[in-house]
Amino acid sequence: MNKNNKLDLVIAGVGGQGTILASDIIGKSSVLEGLPVRAAETHGMAQRGGSVINHVRIGTDLGSMIPDQGADVLLALEPVEAIRYINHLSENGIVVLNTKPVYPVTVTSSDQYPDVSEIINTLKKKYEVYPLDASELAIKAGHPQSMNVVMVGAVSSYLPISKNRLEECIKELVPPKTVDINLKAFELGRENISQLIETSAKKP
Amino acid sequence: MSMREYMLGNVAIARGIIEGGGQVITGYPGTPSSEIVDTLSSMDDRDFYVEWSVNEKVAMEVAAGASMSGVNSVVTMKHVGLNVAADPLMTLAYMGVKGGMIVIVADDPACHSSQNEQDTRRYSQFSLIPCLDPSTPQEAKDMIPYAFEFSSKHGIPVIFRSTTRISHGKSDIELLPVNKEKPQPEFEKSVERWVMIPKHARMRHPRLLEIQKDIKQELQDSEWNNLMINEKSSFGVIASGISYVYAREALDRLGVNASVLKIGTYPLPDDLILELFDNVDTLLVVEELEPFVEEHVRALAEDNGINVRILGKTGKNGEYVPREGELNIDKCEKAISKAFGLTYSEPSPILESNLKLPSRPPAMCPGCSHRASYYAMKKAFGSDAIYPNDIGCYTLGVQGGTVDTTLCMGASISVASGIYQSGEKRPVCCAIGDSTFLHTGINSLLNAVYNKADITVTILDNRVTAMTGHQPNPGMGKTATYEDTLEVSFDQLCRGLGAEFVEVVDPYDYDSAVDVFKRAKEFDGTSVVISQQQCVIDARRAGIKRNPYTIDEEKCTGCKQCVYFGCPAIEFDASLKKARINSMCTGCGVCAQLCKFDAIVEVEK
Repeated sequence: MNKNNKLDLVIAGVGGQGTILASDIIGKSSVLEGLPVRAAETHGMAQRGGSVINHVRIGTDLGSMIPDQGADVLLALEPVEAIRYINHLSENGIVVLNTKPVYPVTVTSSDQYPDVSEIINTLKKKYEVYPLDASELAIKAGHPQSMNVVMVGAVSSYLPISKNRLEECIKELVPPKTVDINLKAFELGRENISQLIETSAKKP
Repeated sequence: MSMREYMLGNVAIARGIIEGGGQVITGYPGTPSSEIVDTLSSMDDRDFYVEWSVNEKVAMEVAAGASMSGVNSVVTMKHVGLNVAADPLMTLAYMGVKGGMIVIVADDPACHSSQNEQDTRRYSQFSLIPCLDPSTPQEAKDMIPYAFEFSSKHGIPVIFRSTTRISHGKSDIELLPVNKEKPQPEFEKSVERWVMIPKHARMRHPRLLEIQKDIKQELQDSEWNNLMINEKSSFGVIASGISYVYAREALDRLGVNASVLKIGTYPLPDDLILELFDNVDTLLVVEELEPFVEEHVRALAEDNGINVRILGKTGKNGEYVPREGELNIDKCEKAISKAFGLTYSEPSPILESNLKLPSRPPAMCPGCSHRASYYAMKKAFGSDAIYPNDIGCYTLGVQGGTVDTTLCMGASISVASGIYQSGEKRPVCCAIGDSTFLHTGINSLLNAVYNKADITVTILDNRVTAMTGHQPNPGMGKTATYEDTLEVSFDQLCRGLGAEFVEVVDPYDYDSAVDVFKRAKEFDGTSVVISQQQCVIDARRAGIKRNPYTIDEEKCTGCKQCVYFGCPAIEFDASLKKARINSMCTGCGVCAQLCKFDAIVEVEK
């Protein structure tokens, strides 16, 4: 994964969940690590409660958009959004997934929200999947809004960036009053995933 | 060691303005251009003037005036904003400039946040004003100081064309020192130069044509164009702007050898194109949107009797590169493979899933006052009424049935007038935001009143230019830099334009709002309803806290009336058959007023 310090990461979520801050922490840390980085974001109209996708490309000096089936890791802040953007993930890609759904406004749509366990099982057919209830962990850290930073913690061991560097950038980028909450959120996400990885490694 | 910082493309462009010694910067917000002025206006330490103008035409003229005084000026806007500012632009080309003047226009291929995907390069050709087209955020920043110098040297503005993926891309950016030496303002009187009466315009037009040769030569030799000849290959690729990085990566991924010409300036570098012709048999032109480079390349080949197979978007060989939407690596790989006879098959999906996904279109925020305004409006006017609409957050009301037309900024009122003047008998009630009304709605209201259009005009005044990122406007009494200034009274303004029925209402007060809309509907003539309530995002930032609401499950009958209101904070629990209010509730209280069973109650803290 971290060979040549290159990594293509797709962050999917819902407008308002803090996907941009998540990608900023990773992007800024990459620059401090001396790695070139490119990112593409959703702004403006599409952002308002809509489905959003960010691309983060560590170690490239070309464009910011990851080709289809090119991403090494998909960081999904919302279960349905993981499936929506799954075509961006490469064959041996990894999915890190928040299991807490954000329900779309149902008024005009008769669409049903699929079962989260069904989403996870579908993803597991082809990919290595690490599901965690990041929203719950965020509350545990001290504020539900720190869910995005829980997810940065969850994906952190896959990034060609040191833990200290990421923590340094979290301190710089989150509102000063929330630094402690966010550092805890990061730690909870990181611990949770390392346990999941350990458990799956033990399986025959 | 060089200074590198992680930056948004628009922030990098703002940095370029500072490095290049920008002195007067104007603009009207529009995605994807807004963060350029936002960045400059939010700086604590400024040695330049920056403003949000009321529209792009005004912004262009303010920047032009500054340049006439000899200082470096910039005007920023989105692509469709240049249509509004096209009038001064076309004549400014004749008139020319004194201080360096850059017209920054951000295009939006794929309409991420726009009503069309027009290509600003056409304006460059149309106006004979040179254009720069960066391929990365770094290049975008570096081009700005160059553009100031180029502009003042040749006495002509420079169009700087960004696109969504430049403006809203992020990248590590190498910073350069800031230019502290700036020209002093001095307006030199010269009627031949600055007064475009026919006699003077006739003199300036040949001058504009004469300087084209020098402009072309200098741009051709600039670092923004680059020809890389590959002697092992008879394939050639010309790629412009951001398409260059996509094409570059696509060639690498496919392992294709090709000569590549990177284009970053217009007028195009003919000598480099001719040199490329000499080295290839087949040439693919890769560019986003219009076949702008391609048409020129074809004409140049024709003119020089060159027999190279030219492929792109047009011509007898058909389409290789799509003319609509934005490009990416995949589209480029496909085009390159097809053009150079390689086998290409669409990658088949890795994961076949038959899960049906709920759609998630962007929606108005929980507690947004526009939703409340629309609900009251529809109650008073009914589903049969006609609802012309405008451009802003409130356009997101399209799913609720109160957005029947959206054409361009300010058009709601004029389109409403036209529908009424056509003889259509149904009631017409249009809606326009505060900033959009001040942008180009004022003239339309004047026209409606003057021509006796029997319509209702709703000004959705949420006290900010919300959609583009909460920029101040004259309705707020704050400048771009948040200094106190005149606060325009919409009530007085509308009365000044001749409207006789003008009422201000708080849309969170549902019954009053319905009552005002009903009386506006009955009024014979142009009636104006100013629906005023601060944007919920701004209110939260300003520290306004309202108690959230909850459902009294004993009283809730599961009638779904509140669910139909369409607020993201209201859910329906299918198993309990009762409504539920989630943590997104901002406490606007409108749903509580809609509930016939008093089942929605405030949570007292």
